[in-house]
Amino acid sequence: FVGVGGGNDFQWCFSQVKGAIDEDVAEADIISTVEFNYSGELLATGDKGGRVVIFQREQESKNRPHSRGEYNVYSTFQSHEPEFDYLKSLEIEEKINKIRWLPQQNAAHSLLSTNDKTIKLWKISQRDKRAEGYNLKDEDGRLRDPFRITSLRVPVLLPMDRMVEASPRRIFANAHTYHINSISVNSDHETYLSADDLRVNLWHLEITDRSFNIVDIKPANMEELTEVITAAECHPHQCNVFVYSSSKGTIRLCDMRAAALCDRQSKFFEEPEDPSSRSFFSEIISSISDVKFSHSGRYMMTRDYLSVKVWDLNMENRPVETYQVHEYLRSKLCSLYENDCIFDKFECCWNGADSAIMTGSYNNFFRMFDRNTRRDITLEASRENSKPRAILKARKVSTGGKRKKDEISVDSLDFNKKILHTAWHPKENVIAVAATNNLYIFQDKIN
Amino acid sequence: MANMYSKGTKRKFSDGVDNKAVAASYSLQRQSLLDMSLLKLQLCHMLAEPNLCRSVLIANTVRQIQEEMAHDGSWQVVTEALGGSGHGPSDRLVDTEVLCQSSEQQDGGPRLYSVMGYDGCREEEVVTDKALCSVVVGDRAPALLLGTIGHCWDRGELRVEDGVSKDSGTGEEEGTKSGEGAKMATGQVFGTFEIKNGAPGSDPALEELFSDVDASYYDLDTMLTGMQSAPKMGPYDFLDSLASSHGSVSNSSCRADLNELDHIMEIIVGS
Repeated sequence: FVGVGGGNDFQWCFSQVKGAIDEDVAEADIISTVEFNYSGELLATGDKGGRVVIFQREQESKNRPHSRGEYNVYSTFQSHEPEFDYLKSLEIEEKINKIRWLPQQNAAHSLLSTNDKTIKLWKISQRDKRAEGYNLKDEDGRLRDPFRITSLRVPVLLPMDRMVEASPRRIFANAHTYHINSISVNSDHETYLSADDLRVNLWHLEITDRSFNIVDIKPANMEELTEVITAAECHPHQCNVFVYSSSKGTIRLCDMRAAALCDRQSKFFEEPEDPSSRSFFSEIISSISDVKFSHSGRYMMTRDYLSVKVWDLNMENRPVETYQVHEYLRSKLCSLYENDCIFDKFECCWNGADSAIMTGSYNNFFRMFDRNTRRDITLEASRENSKPRAILKARKVSTGGKRKKDEISVDSLDFNKKILHTAWHPKENVIAVAATNNLYIFQDKIN
Repeated sequence: MANMYSKGTKRKFSDGVDNKAVAASYSLQRQSLLDMSLLKLQLCHMLAEPNLCRSVLIANTVRQIQEEMAHDGSWQVVTEALGGSGHGPSDRLVDTEVLCQSSEQQDGGPRLYSVMGYDGCREEEVVTDKALCSVVVGDRAPALLLGTIGHCWDRGELRVEDGVSKDSGTGEEEGTKSGEGAKMATGQVFGTFEIKNGAPGSDPALEELFSDVDASYYDLDTMLTGMQSAPKMGPYDFLDSLASSHGSVSNSSCRADLNELDHIMEIIVGS
């Protein structure tokens, strides 16, 4: 079967899986965000327990040219701890909502991680050399008596076991009354934005005690609240442009040069509703759970409950492409409303070339769409398909009537196994898929 | 049933029995969706910090249903569908018969107004008027809150036990009543953010009221007495009505309601 994302010979294979095999999933281990860095060398995950785990890709081995480097643990640290807001008598979850890498400026790597209320800038640096032969102190660090020093020597650098250290360099706190759902690093590499349910703030990476509020949709009377912000992102090239999506299925593009408070959008993207499919759930399923600019900056992609839409930034009245993720769920909306699954927030991502997009679904299925060939494929992240370099088989959900062999019926889908977070390597066909507490890495196999 | 929700079918009023049955069935399902939504909102309300996006979406759904019900004059439709012709008490009795699923507690006493057609209905039962009075302490308090808030929504409809219904007349009025209910219910959900953020003592009227509260009223008897004589409002309804000077409650029932409020607040905050 032909895969998606490359040429005709393209197929996805299992590469690695990280995480416990146990059937019993510890809540703290549930992965809540996945993100490759700019080069793809590093892959970061955040979990509900407030931990960040960073994987690093090993150098390609000359012995096995067909298999790319594997990702192994590079650093693990506790990013956020549970907190208690005494004023409101509320516990603040330590769950990491988002991780965003900063562009690398020196040997160290930096990333932003956020929970519901506080954003932190972490610097991850490694040491694999140490200096020996100091003049003023001994090998064990004790100061030498200066009068005893009779000759000078030049300290030498000797290799040591690699040590990776993560340290919090900035803490951006107390700027959000509501829960932070997005952070996005600006293309100027100096500022970044953070968004909660009702507001978007702009920060400078060096300044932690101040942030600019650039969007505020809080009504004077909270009883009149009918719409919230669900996601926000900076444009990849134009540092004055950003977008934010809403629970009513709209996207607003704002230009920060227009005004200090960007309450009036420059562009307003909304697809007119199809009156024939209107139901009481129409609004809920139109709520956008994720918005992502293409790498080119010409398009943006939005994810709502049942579909992924690609928008041309120059056309506001409808998307240019719409892909159905799991249309078979449309007749089950009532049950999904009852068990709250209808509120699940799925993310989506582009491949490096912007030619393919990926998003998750239920039953540990994830979907990929090739924008050029219009082909799509459903794959599954499961331990059963985890033999090294095993080719992933396409999965199919039978939508009624006769169920063919190897197909799975809608009623047999496991709605507890949801793939909300996926990431695509910025340059290669390597994808990371978070399935509850396990992280799957898949690669392409070139025939 | 799920199919009913996937398409927005517009009902046609005609003389066919089938259409009436369909209309009644649609009404039923819509009502059950409404119940479920209100329940979700109430459960949200009891969480320390509900997910705002989810609450907003549910509240909007409630508003949509309520608007459609008011627009359709649906109380009227259901009555007609069941063969009644007027708006007398007996017809209303029939209405609620249909809309209420009978449960184990169908003993003529407190009527359980349960959410229909869903498996695992365990917590999803809203207790009505009479049953409220017998609910006092501890773990039943959440049910009490459920009942009172849900009840403010259903005020126009649930007078079954008395046999005497508040004849609120046309469907429009019912709609407005339920509109208020929705507004109150949603206000209560979003209002929690403001209550928590607001400065203490911001409302002088409330301050003055609380200064009168006598600690000796904090006992079971008074609470019970207070509840039975108090107008049928939930604790937050009470605060709202005080704040907007609409309440016309007497002094003694004031105190009892405050005790009730206090008690419930303690349970919610978990102190």
